[in-house]
Amino acid sequence: MTDAGLPNAEITLGQLADKMRGAVAFDAKLIGIHSGGAWLAERLAKMLGGEHAVGFIDVSFYRDDYAKKGLRQKVATTTLPFEVGGSRIVLVDDVLYTGRSVRAAINELFDYGRPEAIELAVLIDRGGRELPIEPTYVGARLTVARDLSIVLQRHPDGNLELSVEPAEGASRA
Amino acid sequence: MRNPQLNGDGELQHLLTLEGLPPEIIARILDTAVPFVSIAERDVKKVPLLRGKTVFNLFFENSTRTRTTFEIAAKRLSADVINLNIGVSSTSKGETLLDTIDNLVAMNADVFVVRHGQSGAPHLIAQHLSATDRAHIHVVNAGDGRHGHPTQGLLDLFTIRHYKRDFKDLTVAIVGDVLHSRVARSLIQGLTTLGTAEVRVVGPQTLLPTAVESMGVHVFHDMRAGLAGCDVVVMLRLQSERMKGALLPSAGEYFKHYGLTADKLKLAKPDAIVMHPGPMNRGVEIDSAVADGEHSVILPQVTFGIAVRMAVMSILAGSQPPA
Repeated sequence: MTDAGLPNAEITLGQLADKMRGAVAFDAKLIGIHSGGAWLAERLAKMLGGEHAVGFIDVSFYRDDYAKKGLRQKVATTTLPFEVGGSRIVLVDDVLYTGRSVRAAINELFDYGRPEAIELAVLIDRGGRELPIEPTYVGARLTVARDLSIVLQRHPDGNLELSVEPAEGASRA
Repeated sequence: MRNPQLNGDGELQHLLTLEGLPPEIIARILDTAVPFVSIAERDVKKVPLLRGKTVFNLFFENSTRTRTTFEIAAKRLSADVINLNIGVSSTSKGETLLDTIDNLVAMNADVFVVRHGQSGAPHLIAQHLSATDRAHIHVVNAGDGRHGHPTQGLLDLFTIRHYKRDFKDLTVAIVGDVLHSRVARSLIQGLTTLGTAEVRVVGPQTLLPTAVESMGVHVFHDMRAGLAGCDVVVMLRLQSERMKGALLPSAGEYFKHYGLTADKLKLAKPDAIVMHPGPMNRGVEIDSAVADGEHSVILPQVTFGIAVRMAVMSILAGSQPPA
């Protein structure tokens, strides 16, 4: 399903990279939050040039809704092929909404070590924060109804696309 | 009939046996254990999933490895862990099993890990909890009588999958004292459910259960024939302490016929792996040169066991009681 109101993911990614270029430390590690953020971190590392090591984080073991929803079906392995302690880190996610995933990711990172600094880059900021978390770099800002979620998909050719789906738990009447 | 391990939504509520457990649920446990393996390599070897939960290790029968790995698994999930060695406490004062459970529930238990000499004890506890409207408390079978040892079966499956990837082309030989082995029973059930090409049991007639063929295995009494072309060799401990009567001439005679030596292992595939659930008797069922040799994955089994038990407890504790 595509939605006419949504920006083009590839163009938005270019805008995000433009904002990060020159602003992000040359040796900052890019850590993508599984799964959309992981695709973006890989792409951004290529687009930014420099010496950006890439890692991936799956925050399932740190989510605050575990008691309510249990463990997700598929949990990916967090892979951080560098020292987190002392590193400058940019967390990368596709859509920033409540801020809860970012909170979980920051908590998980500190179990690997004490980073020198953490910044946050997101493709889409849709507002609706429930925690005091603000992104450092934003591709585009959008307003979306509460009962919809924005989903980033990757096509077999590697192209990224945004779509809208009914939010989990929203009434489908 | 509904599987008593699953709730109304088909989610895993208790882990009592691998028998009849759907392949998707086994695969989900194995998949979930993968990210838990890497937690052991971090600075902080803990995740907050079971923070505030209390896990009771109820061991009515002795065990060091299983109890310790459950304890480490629960602690790495941030649970509080209480170890009870019941063999030497309440029951010797006459308390019944279910009274012991009710007392521990009154202390706000969330998960019971149960090892019991009687087959079916964990099942009885799970039934008691459901019947008394306490289905939010979970039971994990850590070995019951000769019946089953599902987390050991799962860690064996995890180990095999780790080294061999796929079950559908594998030949697995389980060698030795199958009669007394709940480990063998659970592993056979798991291997069959996941579609293993061939499962063999190898041992003397006196140490194989009657009609073991009905579990879908091929029976070999000659170890050399049984090992030929195998991808995986699982050695079982000779459980002399459970043997009543003369099932064997002597340990020396047993080793001669059913002990795994480098010479016999040559009959298996060149990249075969050798497993053992421990504790092993060197020189009885396995030669030291093999136990410490390049084919041995006996110590990785222990490490994987922690991750698999973390996966089981985190899936159970996150499942919702039936509405």
